[in-house]
Amino acid sequence: MENTSKRYWKGLEELRNDATFVKNADSEFANPDLSESSNDLEEGLLGGSNTQRRDFLKVMGFGMAAVSLAACETPVHKAIPYINKPEFTFPSISDYYASTFVEGGDYVSVLVETREGRPIKIEGNPSSTISKGKTTARAQASVLSLYDIDKLKGPKRGDTDIDWDTADREILSQLSSVAAKGSAIRIVSSTILSPATKAVIADFVAKYPTARHIMYDANSVFGIKQANQASFGKAVIPSYDFSKAQTIVSVGADFLGTWIAPIEYMGAYAKGRQVGAMAGGKKTMSRHYQFETGLSMTGANADYRTAIKPSQEGLVVAALYNKVAAKVGGGALSTPSVDVAHLDKAATDLANSRGKALVVSGSNDPNVQTIVNALNNLLGSYGTTIDINTPVNYRQGDDQQMNAFIDEVKGGRVGAAFFIAANPVYDHPRGAELAEALPKVQLSVSFADRADETASLAKYITPAPHYLECWGDAEPKQGYFSLMQPAITLIFKTRQYQSSLLKWAGKPADYQAYLKNYWRANHYSQASGFSSFDAFWVKCLNDGVLEPNVGAASAGGASFTGNVAQAAAAIAQRYKPTTGMELSLYEKVGVGSGAMANNPWLQELPDPVSKACWDNYACLSQKTAKEMGVAQNDMVTVTVNGKSVELPVLVQPGQADNTVSIAIGYGREKAGKSANGVGKNVFPFVSLTGGYATYAAFSAKVEKASGSHEIAQTQTHETVMGRKAVLQETVLAAYQKNPKAGRYEPKVQTSEGPVNPTDITLWNGYGKPNHSWGMVIDLNSCIGCGTCVVACNAENNIQVVGRKEVLRRREMHWMRIDRYYSSDADVEDYTALEVASANPEVTFQPMLCQHCSNAPCETVCPVLATTHSTEGLNQMTYNRCIGTRYCANNCPYKVRRFNWFKYFDNDNFDYHFNNDLGKMVINPDVTVRSRGVIEKCSFCVQRIQEGKLTAKKERRRLAPDEVQSACAQSCPTNAIIFGDLNNPESTVSKVVMGEQEGRAFHVLEEINVRPQISYLTKIRNKDEEPKDNKNAKQETPA
Amino acid sequence: MSHVTSAVRTPLVTGGKTYADVTEDISKQVEGNPTREWTIAFTIAVIVLTYGTACLFWTWWEGLGVWGLNKTVGWAWDITNFVWWVGIGHAGTLISAILLLFRQKWRTAVNRAAEAMTIFAVICAASFIMMHAGRPWVAYWCLPLPNTLGSLWVNFKSPLVWDVFAISTYFTVSLVFWYMGLIPDLATIRDRAKSKVSRYIYGAFAMGWNGSAKTWARYEYMSLILAGLSTPLVLSVHTIVSFDFATSVIPGWHTTIFPPYFVAGAIFSGFAMVQNLVLIIRVVFKLEDYITVEHIESMNKVITLTGSIVGVAYLTEFFIAWYSGVEFEGYAFINRATGPYWWAYWAMMTCNVITPQLFWSRAIRRSIVWTFVLSVVVNIGMWFERFVIIVTSLHRDYLPSSWAMFHPTLFDISDYIFSFGLFFTLFLLFSKFLPVVNMAEVKTIIKSSSEKLPVSVSGVAKGERVANPTFNKNVE
Repeated sequence: MENTSKRYWKGLEELRNDATFVKNADSEFANPDLSESSNDLEEGLLGGSNTQRRDFLKVMGFGMAAVSLAACETPVHKAIPYINKPEFTFPSISDYYASTFVEGGDYVSVLVETREGRPIKIEGNPSSTISKGKTTARAQASVLSLYDIDKLKGPKRGDTDIDWDTADREILSQLSSVAAKGSAIRIVSSTILSPATKAVIADFVAKYPTARHIMYDANSVFGIKQANQASFGKAVIPSYDFSKAQTIVSVGADFLGTWIAPIEYMGAYAKGRQVGAMAGGKKTMSRHYQFETGLSMTGANADYRTAIKPSQEGLVVAALYNKVAAKVGGGALSTPSVDVAHLDKAATDLANSRGKALVVSGSNDPNVQTIVNALNNLLGSYGTTIDINTPVNYRQGDDQQMNAFIDEVKGGRVGAAFFIAANPVYDHPRGAELAEALPKVQLSVSFADRADETASLAKYITPAPHYLECWGDAEPKQGYFSLMQPAITLIFKTRQYQSSLLKWAGKPADYQAYLKNYWRANHYSQASGFSSFDAFWVKCLNDGVLEPNVGAASAGGASFTGNVAQAAAAIAQRYKPTTGMELSLYEKVGVGSGAMANNPWLQELPDPVSKACWDNYACLSQKTAKEMGVAQNDMVTVTVNGKSVELPVLVQPGQADNTVSIAIGYGREKAGKSANGVGKNVFPFVSLTGGYATYAAFSAKVEKASGSHEIAQTQTHETVMGRKAVLQETVLAAYQKNPKAGRYEPKVQTSEGPVNPTDITLWNGYGKPNHSWGMVIDLNSCIGCGTCVVACNAENNIQVVGRKEVLRRREMHWMRIDRYYSSDADVEDYTALEVASANPEVTFQPMLCQHCSNAPCETVCPVLATTHSTEGLNQMTYNRCIGTRYCANNCPYKVRRFNWFKYFDNDNFDYHFNNDLGKMVINPDVTVRSRGVIEKCSFCVQRIQEGKLTAKKERRRLAPDEVQSACAQSCPTNAIIFGDLNNPESTVSKVVMGEQEGRAFHVLEEINVRPQISYLTKIRNKDEEPKDNKNAKQETPA
Repeated sequence: MSHVTSAVRTPLVTGGKTYADVTEDISKQVEGNPTREWTIAFTIAVIVLTYGTACLFWTWWEGLGVWGLNKTVGWAWDITNFVWWVGIGHAGTLISAILLLFRQKWRTAVNRAAEAMTIFAVICAASFIMMHAGRPWVAYWCLPLPNTLGSLWVNFKSPLVWDVFAISTYFTVSLVFWYMGLIPDLATIRDRAKSKVSRYIYGAFAMGWNGSAKTWARYEYMSLILAGLSTPLVLSVHTIVSFDFATSVIPGWHTTIFPPYFVAGAIFSGFAMVQNLVLIIRVVFKLEDYITVEHIESMNKVITLTGSIVGVAYLTEFFIAWYSGVEFEGYAFINRATGPYWWAYWAMMTCNVITPQLFWSRAIRRSIVWTFVLSVVVNIGMWFERFVIIVTSLHRDYLPSSWAMFHPTLFDISDYIFSFGLFFTLFLLFSKFLPVVNMAEVKTIIKSSSEKLPVSVSGVAKGERVANPTFNKNVE
């Protein structure tokens, strides 16, 4: 076929096909000067004449962008980039350093998450067998204290700022003059867990022989140590293993909340309480009896709880001993009998579970503790649930030495006093006397990080840094060591007190080197398998802990040699029935003894039981309040030993009648903006009975005072109103017969008969092809401690709003723990249902965004600010939110929070988010929400995203349980399990699968919102049905 | 309008008014100097508006935290006020559209004022939509506008978006209807104007009205078309507002009865507000011959009817809450009646269900004073109705742990007062500068001169026998 297509030439050049033409044929524009421009390239992109259209556009685009950028005022200020980037620090990548949280005697082995060199979050260190990767609320909150603007910026003489050289010079000269005079030198501290620090102090004492180290605790358990001295010849506190106990009896010991070492006990206790898929199919659990005055968090978890007066405490222990002795063989004590509920039952259970029983007492009376020891000895607890050969060091305080110290100061016999992490003017019962006498001391030095009640009276303050800026070690339990390393350089001109003491002892002040040498001498020598000390040191720093290389060490037994009769006689003499009011002092899980009171996260953490924050108050029972004619928030005057305090009343179900309970740790005056003036200081109510601090008084006067003071509570309604759709519970025996016992399965009536509410739906649902993030919350494991709440605060930049806003019911917590008391009323009697039982059963229910698959919030948002992800997440887009709050109204779980004000950079909310230092705690992965938008739990989507990206970079799928939400990570009892429901290997899937036909339920299942969170029924180890079950409606809604 | 009024019917305009009288009586308010009463009222309204604006400014400056809302009760006075004002806004359109289609000619005397009230009430309602948003400066995101924010659109599933459409449509149609009705009257005032300025201004708004037959014909067509358009709106707007609640999952909100119940309630409160306004206007502007007791009685009958519907709805809700067997629903209603907000519930029941029944008495429903007082009571009751629905349902919903109380603050109250300032300022401006009665339409219903009343008879008082036998028919 003839080719008819014509060919047209662009010009003669193409026809001629000459070289220059061919070379440039592809360029868009003819370029007549090709030969001349070839050497012009160095003139730049535009300078050269062979500039192409694309180059032109690039340059023009850049120019426009540059001009418009220059026109904008850049809003970022004070963000200083790395000039030389540290070798192993990458912007936006977190580094984790193992360290140790130590606050007085509280200990947690932690991993510190740092971003661009600033610690932003505390995680548990899984390498530790003591804290087992778990944390406490205080450990979680401690990172905020690092950025506390109220701390001192450098050393001080009185009110004058001085530099370290001056401080050293002046203190040294005075110290030598004191030493020359031979006056006593006293180093007063709270419990010091660090062996290296003790060596430093020993060095200091060696240099100044008149020096002595005195330890005391604001929450003393000195009586236990003394009792063990009497009983076993060892002045120690033993290790308790709650997981091995089948029957636990606690007389006034809040061992889950505040007694000695909750971090150890919480996990162990929960282990004994977990059943079903949470515990490998186990269908037994421990039984827990609690005899106590106020309703503590521990008491709230007990199966049987009896309210007793403080004056009955000794008698209850003695009676229990007698009853157990009667069963297992042993002489009876001659103490007056005491008639309180559940005593016989407890004794029977104890006797029946010999070798698997544990009795603890919160009393600081060595006589009571001696009987407790004898009782545990009868029950064979030593060597099983109690290990006295592996003592713990959490509370080493000696009440008698401290008492003697105050006498010495008053007598003018002390020439120099040093205060290490000690604030006795505030937290010692004789604080006022000390405050008066302290000026008599020639040289008084406090190492406090702020001018607190004691430091402000000291002549010098040489501030020590926060533990996250420090080197150090700890030995919480004999043979278990832990290292502390700085996660940030010193923020202020502070110096570790160890360095100061070394310097003043004439030694090199480098504590880091000292510590290394100490470890080289004491630990490296016993370690094996390391090529060098450096390798050993790096390994220890990396792990954070150094623990005995044995498996489950068998608990050591001991032979009891205590004088029971003598103790019983002392008890009979001291504990006598009273008719008037009695006082009991307790610690709150958040604020504790008040050392960390200036931490707004802790102040706003509601008390697990009363749900009150930002205050302490006088807890009265319903009956006593009624008899006194006072109601919640009315002021009362509490008078003990001639000292009075005015406090508002909190009507506390479960409180023993004719008693008043008040929390210590409040009423700080010089702790900082967040703590000052919050509550009242009741340490003066602590009495020293026979040299032992007594946190109770058998005679107190409580009188109605004028006025009222509203107590800020995050939850004001006490009961669950018989709503089984919210809370489902049963007893162990019923559960053993039927794993679905206590479940509430409502049906909806249709023309085809009753069906499950989830079988009828309007919605098509969302696919979850890849991951499906979900959670299981075991109501049996949750003890209500609130660690998750603080962890969530820290992870998600949740704002603190303060007492006034909490009173207006506006706390911002994404994660909360609902606490329900049982009621004695019938289910239809709504008015009576609102009133809690006098001694209620308590249930804790962590509540957070349920990430509903049919989310009511998503449909109502007018602007699609809250949407569903393909991974089952209910997402919130803050910058799309216009703040109609419709989603919050339509949330059946009421977990959405609205930013009523701008909470940062606002002086009305002075909780560390209005200054640059405090804002260093902000997690850069999470937006700080502006005012006018809704926020809520995101299932820590930033962690999910980070985990997915890491996996993607490594070209693998996410491992099961690789991503953990902050709440699940921190939970000391594993009550919260987070993970991918689509991954059959993940723990959460396994538990959900295992409990699908058992304990797993969705809260408010009948409204068919299909939450991603399953709850497991609460099981009480009781013989009777739960109180609320009797009342609950059994009929099915249509 | 080409209405033919039968000679046997009671005249709707009394006093033997001629066309000239009508023009004179109504235009003189516009043309004359402000009266003392008007000046005082306007001053008060402006002061209230200024105070309210200052409070509103502070609300926006500080954040919604100045209100008493909390984590549990996310809406209270804001949405209560919004629904209340929207409800009030229902009467105007009902009078001008539905009553037009039903040929209820008595409406001509009150429809202008009622429509103006509607427009101002909707403006007040809209102000609460803006006010209640946490970030009002981006509230326009509720509109389906093309934008540069990516592929972002509104959520067509959200009742709040439906609200935006419903209210803006309602506002637009009402405004057009009202304005169109004004044109012949504006032309009248233009033609009578003595100053150049007013002739120019009224002339501009009269849009070249020339009174020709063709113009009148178009006017009639438009009235009918707009009435046809507005009629479904009367029913739809409050239906959609009720969807804000009815489509939710909250016990006490999640109720299928809401649409008819809300519409009835809206007409109920709207008529009560019209009563309040026209009772004042007729006295202040001496329009007793145009807005007669017959008008007032007719509107009272509507109030009695709708009040009874609302009452039945309240009882039905209770019955269904019990009959459903749903624990949460049942509790929500028991809590309404006996919970901490029992007083609000009983205020609502008293004001909305019990007191309007007094209108069964002819004497009361024809009494100016009773009508005025009961209309105020009705609007108090209707405010409480919305408060009860919103606050008592929210404050105790599913999880008892979150149960909370709502306590209003100064700013809740002041921002409500703001809306009164706004409403009355606008309404007073309207009543001064625009004819408050539709002159053109009123002229269609006055009797022709051959049937004129004896001059001595100034009005048809109750039961009064009139010389002219044609009057006695309806009175009997």
